[in-house]
Amino acid sequence: MKPVKFDYYAPTSVPEALDTLNELGYDGKVIAGGQSLIAAMNFRMARPAALVDLNGVPELSYIKPNPDGSIAIGTMTRVNTVEYDQEVAKRFPLLPEVAKFIAHPAIRRRGTFGGAIAHADPAGQLPSIAVVMDANVLIRGKGKERWVKAPELIIGPFMTTIEPDEMLAEVVLTANPPYTGSNYMQVSRQNGGYAQAAVASIVNLDGEKVKNVRLVLMSVGEVPILSQKAVEILVGQKPTPEALKEVSEACASSEIDPATDIHATADYRRTLIRTLVGRSLTESIARAKKGG
Amino acid sequence: MTKLFPVSVKVNGKVYEREVEARMLLSDFLRHELGLMGTHVGCEHGICGACTVLFDGEAVRSCLMFAVQASGHEIQTVESLGTPENLHPLQQAFHEKHALQCGFCTPGFLMTLVPFLEKNPHPTEEEAREAIDGNICRCTGYEKIVEAVIDAADKMSHKK
Repeated sequence: MKPVKFDYYAPTSVPEALDTLNELGYDGKVIAGGQSLIAAMNFRMARPAALVDLNGVPELSYIKPNPDGSIAIGTMTRVNTVEYDQEVAKRFPLLPEVAKFIAHPAIRRRGTFGGAIAHADPAGQLPSIAVVMDANVLIRGKGKERWVKAPELIIGPFMTTIEPDEMLAEVVLTANPPYTGSNYMQVSRQNGGYAQAAVASIVNLDGEKVKNVRLVLMSVGEVPILSQKAVEILVGQKPTPEALKEVSEACASSEIDPATDIHATADYRRTLIRTLVGRSLTESIARAKKGG
Repeated sequence: MTKLFPVSVKVNGKVYEREVEARMLLSDFLRHELGLMGTHVGCEHGICGACTVLFDGEAVRSCLMFAVQASGHEIQTVESLGTPENLHPLQQAFHEKHALQCGFCTPGFLMTLVPFLEKNPHPTEEEAREAIDGNICRCTGYEKIVEAVIDAADKMSHKK
């Protein structure tokens, strides 16, 4: 099928884009890479009255490593630019690791880092990664801007706190302390296919004990689920196999709400989470021990 | 009245100027406005890869872009490769290795693989399989396509 008619605006600067969004209000919809939005429009599941295209705004595309170890990523930075950036790989190896699983190379060349997060697809990798990394997200509107943490930004499937007159402008990733390891694992039927379930973890060690852990469970609820149980069970403790098993069980039994669909049953997704949590945490811990 | 937007785009080295609706997909623009029917349209949601073209030298889905977004940019379609008398080495390899049956997916495979082989002239079988993981072929079972990629890589590197 083809998209329904819509009005089209192609601003060339951020102020012009914000003016346009402000004028359009509920009629306006930002288009970034379009790799999810145009597909949804082709199916007529999405019928925006007007598109505000950010592809002609070069100032939104950048990767800025800061002296404090953080990295700022402009919203229109293509996923494959992030995937192959040396500085990103050095500071946040989780990003190139996960990028390989995001659709296909042709999609990653066009799809954007900020667009994927703003889209908040519960089966998308980047919203989950933003949550597990506790990314700081800059939201801008005409004459206003605010910072939101990724876990507070995403409030439902394809739903964020971004208002119709606002856009996601930048994502800032805070540096990991030494002895931090991270990992992403998913189970899907083919390369680039949607995951039936996935897990991302970041573990910071203090000697033999866990100082901090962030574990996100993906494709098993309406939003990326940040595990509280992992924190309760592991922080301040040695990550013994028994402790990891306890986390796996707790995640699978009480923290997720998986659905049954044509791709997998809820029970199967629970089983996947039980297995992936243990494996991912084990891998993150091994990497943390090496210094991260 | 339907609003039209000017599009000026270089396709296979030639500049085309048209006025189109914002909702016209790049894939439909190439086929219906320019008559370049080599770009095939399969799923229209980015899964099958049949509509893959080069956008400023990189493989993208032409069904997931609007024609207006291509204005000022350069596109290459399968028509830019070889002619029936003088096939591109990759097309020749597809022909010799029987890497196509119905041929519907072939333009997408070719346009995915041309930039891949430029960046990676000596791919392993594993890398070749990864390169085409975003293209669906319902005829061949992929074995012959992978053989053709390796064969084309050999031929192209010998020629240089």
